[in-house]
Amino acid sequence: MSSDLSPDLDGRAVSVPPGSSVPALTVTGVSKVYRVRGRERKTVTAVDDVSFTVAPGAAVGLVGASGSGKSTLAKMITGSERPTAGSITFGDVAVGRLRTGGLRKLHHQVQMVFQDPYGALNPLHTAEYTVMRPCQNFLGMSAGQARQRAAELLETVGLTPPSQFAAKLPHQLSGGQRQRVVIARALACDPGLIVADEPISMLDVSLRAGVLKLLAELRRERGLSLLYITHDLLSARVITDEIIVLNFGRVVERGPTKQVLQHPRDSYTTQLLDAVPNPFAADGAGSPAVRSRT
Amino acid sequence: MALLEAHDVNVAYEPSRGQRIWSVRDVDLTLEQGEFVGLVGESGCGKTTLGYALTRMLRPPARLESGVICFDGVDIGSMHGEELRRQRRNGFALVLQSGMNALNPVRTIAHHFGDIMKAHARPGDDVTATGIRRRGAELLDSVRLDSGVLGRFPHELSGGMRQRVSIALALALEPRMIVFDEPTTALDVIVQQAVMATIKDLQRERGFSAILISHDLGMVLEVTDRVMVMYAGRIVEDQPARDLAHGLHHPYTEALLNCYADPRADVVRLGGIPGTPPDLSLPQAGCSFTPRCPLAEDICRAADPPLSPLGLGRAACYVRARAGHVEMEASSVQ
Repeated sequence: MSSDLSPDLDGRAVSVPPGSSVPALTVTGVSKVYRVRGRERKTVTAVDDVSFTVAPGAAVGLVGASGSGKSTLAKMITGSERPTAGSITFGDVAVGRLRTGGLRKLHHQVQMVFQDPYGALNPLHTAEYTVMRPCQNFLGMSAGQARQRAAELLETVGLTPPSQFAAKLPHQLSGGQRQRVVIARALACDPGLIVADEPISMLDVSLRAGVLKLLAELRRERGLSLLYITHDLLSARVITDEIIVLNFGRVVERGPTKQVLQHPRDSYTTQLLDAVPNPFAADGAGSPAVRSRT
Repeated sequence: MALLEAHDVNVAYEPSRGQRIWSVRDVDLTLEQGEFVGLVGESGCGKTTLGYALTRMLRPPARLESGVICFDGVDIGSMHGEELRRQRRNGFALVLQSGMNALNPVRTIAHHFGDIMKAHARPGDDVTATGIRRRGAELLDSVRLDSGVLGRFPHELSGGMRQRVSIALALALEPRMIVFDEPTTALDVIVQQAVMATIKDLQRERGFSAILISHDLGMVLEVTDRVMVMYAGRIVEDQPARDLAHGLHHPYTEALLNCYADPRADVVRLGGIPGTPPDLSLPQAGCSFTPRCPLAEDICRAADPPLSPLGLGRAACYVRARAGHVEMEASSVQ
């Protein structure tokens, strides 16, 4: 019954496709300072001098509690906010300088999966229409072609048979199914990088593994890069090979996921680890897989 | 005597004429004085509806179709109006899911305390502005908030602070039972841990009985004494919390446990539960979990299993009940 994730997702190195030595995403010395409204000229530094790269086909986790700046970084990477300092390049495009036309091209390459599947879908649009739009907008498909592609994409994200889900409105779908529609929409224009901002935090615990498994499969099969943003270290462990721990906008720790989680050096990482609910931790009963089953 | 006793509670939603969604089915439940119980299940399993039924907060189209709910020996299930309202002081309270939406955005926190205190004031209560501020500061202090919060508006507070304010408001009438409905769902792990620690401390200090409703079994096990697992409107398992991570359980409980792992382990395997819960507007034949159950047998499809003893508690599963008997016999032979 348990859908186990394949062992090669277990923090081990993933082979980089040949001929792609240019990192998919490079973030160099990025800061974001917000001015606080009001008389006193107060400022808040949401992101403070952060640098990292995401190689093609890699999965990198950005981890931190609320206010650590992880979502602000995501907004800057997708071009909806501009960095105060530093640069973000995707391939050879500098994201921070893009205007409307350039952003459009960027969004062909970088797509986002949002935290709240209830808020990310237009309640008046069917699943099929939602997924068709980027096919028409970015790939220049006709309605007929887009409809066919939408059906394929719905199948890819596990909404099978697609004919059963195509005409559904968001309120007729469960949270997990809605999040799958959001993922199908993100895949529609064949992006190179998916930025997933807490994609499972609003889902039931029982549905989380399914969505994580889907993201892992997509990465493996399509060679997608994944930037996975979360406060949940368990899901980060399952899906990423490298993590970057952020606290108050600064990088406090980084490295291969398994190594960082097994040997955390920063107290903040330890604090995050201790906060993960684990029914088996208190009494050393071992992981559920270890328990004897009938 | 138990503080809360519920027998054969059934709740249905009637969104349109002739359509009935049986959201809570045949629930029996007791809550002892000072006991902290968790109510766990997926979205749509009826856990929130049951919580609302127990605190008499159901609103149409939901209706308590049948059942007896006794709070401290008094049948609150059939009470109405003023009589019911009087039960809320020193009686039962509900902390709502989203602290943000439970507070009025255009009123200060002090105003919220004033509202409650005035509505339930008894002769001799100090409900002047100073009295309200003093009592409000006291209550905020008990949830580890500064009295300065009294003058703030909800949007000026963080998510964790708002949730703490909602808890302080629930404490204002000194309830003997509090139902916490997903109190930490929208919060990040560190804030969640801090808010849960506060709830646990308050429960120990003040000795009220509490029901914690959540989909997160791992978190519930860390703070509660006893856990009830709900599936498709029924309670399918009822066990002491410390016993739940071991031994044989209802297959649904085991599947929920499989959704957790230690992120520090050498190999991390994460399970999920494929499939979806049944449509509760249709009549249920047999055990509702059968379509998703790896252990299902013919008998499971034929009749709904009753809650019967398993381990230190009870579970509603034919297969597990039989395995439990075999285990008990084996240990008695030894």
